[in-house]
Amino acid sequence: MFRNQYDTDVTTWSPAGRLFQVEYAMEAVKQGSAAIGLRSRTHIVLGCVNKANSELSSHQKKIFKVDDHIGVAIAGLTADGRVLSRYMRNECINYSFTYESPLPVGRLVVQLADKAQVCTQRSWKRPYGVGLLVAGLDESGAHLYYNCPSGNYFEYQAFAIGSRSQAAKTYLERRFENFTDASRDDLVKDALMAIRETLQGETLESSVCTIAVVGVGEPFHILDQGSVQQMIDAFEIVGEQEGPAAEPDAAAGQDASAEPEPEQGAAAGEGVAPMDI
Amino acid sequence: MTKQQANWSPYDNNGGSCVAIAGADYCVIAADTRMSTGYNILTREYSKICKLADKCVMASSGFQADVKALQKQLAARHLIYQHQHNKQMSCPAMAQLLSNTLYYKRFFPYYSFNVLGGLDNEGKGCVFTYDAVGSYEKVGYSSQGYGSTLIMPFLDNQLKSPSPLLLPVQDAVTPLVEAEAVDLVKTVFASASERDIYTGDKLEIVVVNAAGIRREYMELRKD
Repeated sequence: MFRNQYDTDVTTWSPAGRLFQVEYAMEAVKQGSAAIGLRSRTHIVLGCVNKANSELSSHQKKIFKVDDHIGVAIAGLTADGRVLSRYMRNECINYSFTYESPLPVGRLVVQLADKAQVCTQRSWKRPYGVGLLVAGLDESGAHLYYNCPSGNYFEYQAFAIGSRSQAAKTYLERRFENFTDASRDDLVKDALMAIRETLQGETLESSVCTIAVVGVGEPFHILDQGSVQQMIDAFEIVGEQEGPAAEPDAAAGQDASAEPEPEQGAAAGEGVAPMDI
Repeated sequence: MTKQQANWSPYDNNGGSCVAIAGADYCVIAADTRMSTGYNILTREYSKICKLADKCVMASSGFQADVKALQKQLAARHLIYQHQHNKQMSCPAMAQLLSNTLYYKRFFPYYSFNVLGGLDNEGKGCVFTYDAVGSYEKVGYSSQGYGSTLIMPFLDNQLKSPSPLLLPVQDAVTPLVEAEAVDLVKTVFASASERDIYTGDKLEIVVVNAAGIRREYMELRKD
């Protein structure tokens, strides 16, 4: 996209019928670090890549619990995402207070979308620069929605947003037909695989990603680093044994789980080679 | 011309009694389960005890509609706190929140007489007692409700520590062991049920300690 004379204001249409400021806001989402979501009939898994500004700083929080049955992963301007999460939490609390029952996800995303739309039609506002993957469980089942800065929202079986998300989307497109009836653990594994696609060569470790799950009988929570590392080790090892594995390879794979850092590099290196999953 | 009086009251008293006792590493909170209005019983199985946080439990007697509204308010505020601070509210923090929430309605009060019990940040038992508009105090034990006039003197006799104004400062918490405190509570309610018409049916006892929260029941007189 290039600068043009119609992109100064969000309230200015271009002759082609575009609102450039809104589209620029969507660019901001594409620049953020990746976030992915996928769902089965009973569970939804959200994952994101942890990006830290420098080695000295901590990474930004990109996954937020909104309520026991709803969580959100964001990509783009994290500050905008934080503010919207606070709004969503408030809406859930108020609804629960009034109706003594959890806010249906579909309603929440519509409210969120309408809130985003307002910012596309006021000259003194700017669009929110954040894309939200809303994962929620309600009476009608498990849902995954994507909310855009434009005020649009869509429901998905699986989706990825942020930088290098295309790689994850390709992986998810290949695998999504299996998701509906997948078990919770398989769903988490698929999420980790999708995240690995966005890393493009970097080692997949629990310090680099965050995973959260919500499902039937399982309130929304972020998985702790230990469990995530265990799952990473589990499927990395499986990958190794499927490769041209002589016994030394398998033995090296098993050692990898005991000593994370150095061996992991080797294991991931072998795993990243094209595998028939 | 005499001033017009209201011919209805927004309040009612649903009766009952509550008690809380703090120990060195536990807290016992108890209330009867009778809900009444006037001389009638509405139900024999109503819980006046509400868990507000992991280590914090509240028992309230008075107008149960106001009690319910108060509990909902506190629960919602607690959820906001958890989102912002990533942890549960401590008992002393909840105590202050309850006081502020009650005073917020200073000019149309919650008709709710509360005792808050739980563990403080060091794991020691603590009990806070309130009036309807939020005046509160940390104490070693307390009772509220219709039966409190019968219960409080007995607790004073059994548990009272020297005045907190004396030096050296004495601990308000009772030296009793958890089992002894639970026993004391059972005795106290059995006695209150004998003479107080609003107290009886069943006793609900909640014990908060390092292991978590435990619930127990005991039958009381049904008359």
